[in-house]
Amino acid sequence: MVDAAALATPAAAAPAASSLSVSDLHAWYGESHVLHGMAFEVPKGQVVTLLGRNGAGKTTTLRSIMGVMNKRKGSIRFEGRETIKLPSRAIARAGIGYCPEERGIFASLSVEENLMLPPVVRPGGMSRDTIFELFPNLKERLSSGGTKMSGGEQQMLAIARILRSGASLLLLDEPTEGLAPVIVQQIGRTISRLKAEGYTIVLVEQNFRFAATLADRHYVVEGGRVVDTFLNADLQSNIDKLHAYLGV
Amino acid sequence: MHTFLGIPTQVLFGQLTLGLINGAFYALLSLGLAVIFGLLNIVNFSHGALYMMGAFAGYILLQVFGVNYWGALVLAPLIVGAFGIVIERTMMARLYRLDPIYGLLLTFGLALIIQGLFRNSYGVSGLPYAAPPIFRAPLQLGFMVLPAYRAWVIVASLVVCLATWFTIEKTSLGATLRAATENPVMVSAFGINVPRLVTLTYGFGVALAALAGVLAAPIYSVNPNMGADIIIVVFAVVVIGGMGSILGSVITGFALGLCEGLTKVVYPQASSTVIFVIMIAVLMVKPNGLFGRAA
Ligand SMILES: Nc1ncnc2c1ncn2[C@@H]1O[C@H](COP(=O)(O)OP(=O)(O)OP(=O)(O)O)[C@@H](O)[C@H]1O
Ligand SMILES: [Mg+2]
Repeated sequence: MVDAAALATPAAAAPAASSLSVSDLHAWYGESHVLHGMAFEVPKGQVVTLLGRNGAGKTTTLRSIMGVMNKRKGSIRFEGRETIKLPSRAIARAGIGYCPEERGIFASLSVEENLMLPPVVRPGGMSRDTIFELFPNLKERLSSGGTKMSGGEQQMLAIARILRSGASLLLLDEPTEGLAPVIVQQIGRTISRLKAEGYTIVLVEQNFRFAATLADRHYVVEGGRVVDTFLNADLQSNIDKLHAYLGV
Repeated sequence: MHTFLGIPTQVLFGQLTLGLINGAFYALLSLGLAVIFGLLNIVNFSHGALYMMGAFAGYILLQVFGVNYWGALVLAPLIVGAFGIVIERTMMARLYRLDPIYGLLLTFGLALIIQGLFRNSYGVSGLPYAAPPIFRAPLQLGFMVLPAYRAWVIVASLVVCLATWFTIEKTSLGATLRAATENPVMVSAFGINVPRLVTLTYGFGVALAALAGVLAAPIYSVNPNMGADIIIVVFAVVVIGGMGSILGSVITGFALGLCEGLTKVVYPQASSTVIFVIMIAVLMVKPNGLFGRAA
């Protein structure tokens, strides 16, 4: 006889090594059908990128994973558990942290209030001290208004505040967009540090040179689905193809 | 007799105190409206009816259950707040995705129904509610004599308004509330239960109205129309202060009460319209109100 309890455990429901597993994901903005069967895997502890041109559906994919798309279908399994039907707050509480493209810093909250806003959902989140060690600028600006800081500082705040919560999977949507090279480098160092600490990361990037310094695997998104994938180690041999995909 | 600009000081201070008392109620009620509007984006037209329910809850608690004023001050806001929560969960929650006009129609309709029900049961003549004995002796302030209960109302209202302001501006609960006002989707994506926050906020705003109702019971007689009478002025206060501004609604509430009191002294004929004149003047200069942010 099959043991029902064993079947219900996450380990039985998905390969243990997978943090996130997306398959046949469809999503709509109103009537407009934007994702057409997105599918990709994110192994635990790895950094995976979604590369693709403007409008390919990268942001929409992250929004679907986070549960903030009103209309979505298909399957999104996080640590073996199906989340496609869960409300956004339950997905966050399962342990996914989201840093949106527009950063989502609250203007009516101070830097400190922004930082402390996300509740701790699981043990093992970063301490304030570690966060200030990673982002020394924030410590100096705790009482300023959230949106009174520079774009780079706001980006750091947007990343910093999801580290306290104990989330194990981070969704980072174009964290380097529009930032100066030194800031991009600092964010790059932060992401590799997070990876070293065991975080699993889905990174949306237009700048694949930046992505190549961090990622284990790349997925190329086009027209709302994944059209190609390769390991970071194979990036050089795929560089021409990638140029064609991204139109650079 | 002392005079100030030709006005007997007794008269002047008397009217200013009356103005402050009215202002205390304007502040409490417009504060609740501002809190609700901030998060729910709904103009709560049933606010006056809920204020009236608070006064009646106090009256019924005393007459039927023998609960005194102090008990009513705690219980009436809880009871009416719970009623508000039921309304929010069963009716208003269905309207958030629709045009705000639906929320306005619902709360307006509810106000008419609640008032009608109370008018049916209690008629329109006022019911007396005695101030607690501790407030019998008036305060001798030297320059004037102040009925102790009125002093209590001003102090209690100030304390509640300031505590509310403090909670919203200075605590982590308040930060969550402000964040949810600004971007509820993002707040949900952090794992916070925004619908529950909305429900509790509405319940709190309603409880503030009920508290004002109990405070008002010994001053104005308890009657089904008391909410409809005051709420028109309160809406003008909210428009002048700026929709959704917490501190703005409190300051404007007290200031306009004082303006009314002053007008009673210098030009009594205008005392019931002065707030609306100010409203028009403010709207011409600052369409978002004195403390309002641009929409
Ligand atoms: N709020 C919206 N309403 C309707 N359509 C939208 C909305 N947001 C995005 N879209 C459309 O959905 C498609 C995918 O957009 P998405 O933002 O996911 O792309 P992206 O890959 O993140 O692009 P970018 O690199 O510019 O950020 C695009 O065609 C876009 O026009
Ligand atoms: Mg995008």
